[in-house]
Amino acid sequence: MSSFTVIRPGLQTTIQDRGRWGWQSRGVSVAGAMDPYSCRVANALVGNDADAAALEMTFVGPELEFDDARIVAVAGAEFAITIDGTPAPVGAAFPVSGGSRLRFGDRAHGVRAYLAVAGGITVPRILGSRSTHLVSRMGGLAGRPLAAGDRVPLGDPMKARRVRLEVQLTEVELKRDPTIGPGAARVRVMPDARLDRFVDGALDVLQSAPYTVSRLSDRMGFRLEGPHLQHSHGADILSEITPLGTVQVPASGQPILLMADRQTTGGYARIATVISADIGVAGQRGPDDRLSFDVCTLGEALAARAAQERALLAIEEKART
Amino acid sequence: MSDEVRISAVGDSALIVELSTRHEADADVNARAVELAAAVQLAAIAGVLDVVPTFQTVGVHFDPLITDADLLSECLRRVMAPQAPTSTAARVVHRIPVSYGGTLGPDLAEVAKAAKLSEQAVVSLHAAPLYRVFMLGFTPGFAYLGSVEPAIALPRRATPRATVPAGSVGIAGRQTGIYPSASPGGWHIIGRTPIRPFDPERAEPFLFNPGDCVQFYAIEPAALGRRT
Repeated sequence: MSSFTVIRPGLQTTIQDRGRWGWQSRGVSVAGAMDPYSCRVANALVGNDADAAALEMTFVGPELEFDDARIVAVAGAEFAITIDGTPAPVGAAFPVSGGSRLRFGDRAHGVRAYLAVAGGITVPRILGSRSTHLVSRMGGLAGRPLAAGDRVPLGDPMKARRVRLEVQLTEVELKRDPTIGPGAARVRVMPDARLDRFVDGALDVLQSAPYTVSRLSDRMGFRLEGPHLQHSHGADILSEITPLGTVQVPASGQPILLMADRQTTGGYARIATVISADIGVAGQRGPDDRLSFDVCTLGEALAARAAQERALLAIEEKART
Repeated sequence: MSDEVRISAVGDSALIVELSTRHEADADVNARAVELAAAVQLAAIAGVLDVVPTFQTVGVHFDPLITDADLLSECLRRVMAPQAPTSTAARVVHRIPVSYGGTLGPDLAEVAKAAKLSEQAVVSLHAAPLYRVFMLGFTPGFAYLGSVEPAIALPRRATPRATVPAGSVGIAGRQTGIYPSASPGGWHIIGRTPIRPFDPERAEPFLFNPGDCVQFYAIEPAALGRRT
């Protein structure tokens, strides 16, 4: 079987797809890409299906050596990429030849990038998904981040759609966000139906100033530091589901934004939930970055998600030969 | 039934059906949650990704490009409409062997001291009830079992352990449970079982389903490892 070999693993490089759905009633976390949009874009550029597994890298990318010639593409955070020392583009499909080394260097914007390879990464599916869940050590390669010397199996490239190599996506298509860095990124949230668990005006407080992503933040969730959110009857509830993007508030009054590797259920009051179209914006944040919350309606959330899906279909079409 | 049931969207990709707003675990309410979740699962509604019964709610995760909260609420109310009589189906009972105390149950002595009981009395109280699986969560295959006798119900440990071995049997408040894999944990560990609630290699990876019953019984430590 064809593969690539990990020369240097990067800081936290994992195999992710759209996540392990269908088992949350048994306590199995979903996992999946932290920025699902960029993961889809990378797969679209190489002609893979939307549920193909890709590499997610965080802060520091890996160096990889390919067994055979492949079409690859990177989307998400902007890394300086080279193949055997020659610069390669982000946001466009390009070929790598057998024996060549793909290296991720300096990072300019964002936290997480996605490397898709034509044919996909084909570690075994566990409970229907190839996604790595670090806490329960499930999926990916032995449920852990990649390590030097790992061989990562690749699928049949002939199963990918044929794609054009010269297609360079625009900043807009890549959702490259100029606010990444010192400014606060804005994500839209829908208020929770149980706002009675908070004092009047708590939703205004949530929107009043940016929150800072603390250093205690990982794929499970981001601990946020900012305006204090006051409960009306205490923070604890009987455990309920914890959907992706849920903003839950423990007794400290400092919210936690639940991300890909979140637990299936939780016992803290929810104040709001990030809309699905904006999850990727949050997924590109790391410690010390800032996030602002804007309340929106269900109609606005669905319109934003539909627009995002249209954009993804347009990218798939643009990449196709 | 329907007027006391509240269905609310949680973001654009999930909703929660609240069957009660009381802040305590209730077996009857939980039985309705488990039945409703099973019915929703059986209805195989397009776009539904995950159906999760919890203590007194059913959570439904869905793909908002395929369905939405309004459409799903309609479906759910139809599923709920013919108030089904309480299930008379035979309940699954799991008998779980436990080696209590010693190095396998390092907190048994502390629990006994706090409860002003002998260790043997704590074991007897823990092994007496037929527990209900209220829900699964926390980690793959972890079942929240209730309810523990009030006499041995203690708050969680002040400082959680960084690692609790797989098979550890713990109690916290009026809940008890088995750690399916080594993980951090704040429950009082009173024993260990060789039974594995989760094994991805098994044909049926998960031992417990919501609504199942569990009974613990004491074994000698030597029996550990002989049965799997």
